[in-house]
Amino acid sequence: MVTAIEVSDISKQFVLRHTRSLKEAVVWLAKGRKGDLSEKFHALKNVSVEIDAGETVALLGLNGSGKSTLLKHISGVMLPDTGTVKTRGRVAGLIEVGAGFHPDLSGRDNVFLNGAILGMTEQQINDKFDDIVEFSEIGQFIDTEVKFYSSGMYLRLAFSVAVHTDPEVFLIDEILAVGDEPFQRKCIDKIQELARDGKTLVVVSHDLDLVSRICDRGILMEHGNVKFDGPIHEAVSILRA
Amino acid sequence: MSVISTSELTTPGLGGGLRDLKQSSFLLKLLVRKELKVRYRGSVLGLLWSYVKPGVQFIVFYVALGIFLGLERSPKNPDGLANYAVYLFSGIVLINFFSEALGNAARSIVMNGNLIKKIYLPRELFPVASVWVSAVHFFPQLVVLVGGCVLAGWHPNPLQLLAAVAGFVIVALLATGLGLLFGSANVYFRDSENLVDMLLMIATWASPVMYAWSMVEQKLGTAAFAVYQANPITIGVELFHYAFWFPTTDGSAAMPPNLFSLWLPVGLVVAVVILLLGQYTFRRLEGRFAQEL
Ligand SMILES: Nc1ncnc2c1ncn2[C@@H]1O[C@H](COP(=O)(O)OP(=O)(O)OP(=O)(O)O)[C@@H](O)[C@H]1O
Ligand SMILES: [Mg+2]
Repeated sequence: MVTAIEVSDISKQFVLRHTRSLKEAVVWLAKGRKGDLSEKFHALKNVSVEIDAGETVALLGLNGSGKSTLLKHISGVMLPDTGTVKTRGRVAGLIEVGAGFHPDLSGRDNVFLNGAILGMTEQQINDKFDDIVEFSEIGQFIDTEVKFYSSGMYLRLAFSVAVHTDPEVFLIDEILAVGDEPFQRKCIDKIQELARDGKTLVVVSHDLDLVSRICDRGILMEHGNVKFDGPIHEAVSILRA
Repeated sequence: MSVISTSELTTPGLGGGLRDLKQSSFLLKLLVRKELKVRYRGSVLGLLWSYVKPGVQFIVFYVALGIFLGLERSPKNPDGLANYAVYLFSGIVLINFFSEALGNAARSIVMNGNLIKKIYLPRELFPVASVWVSAVHFFPQLVVLVGGCVLAGWHPNPLQLLAAVAGFVIVALLATGLGLLFGSANVYFRDSENLVDMLLMIATWASPVMYAWSMVEQKLGTAAFAVYQANPITIGVELFHYAFWFPTTDGSAAMPPNLFSLWLPVGLVVAVVILLLGQYTFRRLEGRFAQEL
């Protein structure tokens, strides 16, 4: 199998207390750099994960265990302090519903903007526009400003754009929660279809039943470490225990 | 599947700086369009505001400086500048472009924080889009300026038109460079926004927009005047004067010496150096944007 994502021994520290003003920094320098300007903690610590092309992987763990942070490293939004991340092919992420949507623009404008943000060309968006609108079931609201959308409608359009970008690696963070039952089912069908097509999926969700259906492999995170990495059912039962 | 196996493993999140913008030109276009749409949403006058604001600014300055302070040439004031109104306005439009471009570019990264935190894309897009938006706003002002020039008997030669292009390019490069610099610094220290506001106030007066360059030379002496002249905004403004104001006069006014042979290249070089410096700083700092925003 070819490797799609290779995370080798990455660590990431975040500061707990931020210094935001020049004054504080100057005072700190003037005092001979006494004390730490900011307190740090490890959000990820020596994490290594290798994911093959076509695998469907769930990232599991309690709140604050570092799942979103790991996804951000895979998408390139964040860079690790130490260690390396490598990916193959185009990576598209739905890190949050409607990231990159502008509330004052219409659904149509947002489809173009979001598609381009996710790396589509003008031609690709034009070709897929009708499919995107149809999948989202937004219908006549496509020319309404998205600030008047319900959160479910937001999700529909955002999800629809993202699945139509046709990436090789698809990252999904906690987005399936807001859709209604029929649309959730449709999303899951679409995700399973992507998996059948050989796309690599990394899904973060607290809905354990859902991820057991979609994913084959589970990675359990705890305090920035990988606690378990193996078949999804074992990962789920450890988390439930 | 063939696509997957042929492509290489790459490290995500390492951009190629301004070079990436070529691939993202469509996104850049959409960002500029978005900015223009959002800015004038719900305003009755819409884009007309970009005529009204400089128009009012121009009238206020003209009355205060040209008439009250006596910079306009008249029978009673033969030492004043001929066609002071054109002189003033050709400088103002360029300074307005610079102020808007730099002011918005410096805020652009923080303003788009929500997006930068969640999706990877070449972040240089945001300051560069701000400069483009300002260029769009500059255009109607240019139209008004040219209208005024024609009324005042404008007859430019090709070299003078080239001077306008060069002046604009110098200022646009400078605004982009400083925008990258302050835009990235602003993520870490929000003070840099205030610093930019202060710089912009100084910039208006540190160039011969309201007054004539010769007044500065008399007061400063040669060495200090050379420093004054090396400011790319000063050079840009003087090139604009040469392009728009000079061809409306009888040609007896003195332009700064060596404007073409020395100062134009100096302005370009300084602006490019600042652009490279801005790009360098931006790339050093952008790795931590997502976590600091
Ligand atoms: N930019 C940041 N600056 C400082 N701390 C951060 C930053 N981003 C995340 N953290 C911290 O890192 C830890 C891991 O966060 P992360 O968002 O990865 O958790 P998560 O596993 O996705 O949790 P959840 O299930 O709640 O989504 C948390 O303690 C969080 O407070
Ligand atoms: Mg999370």
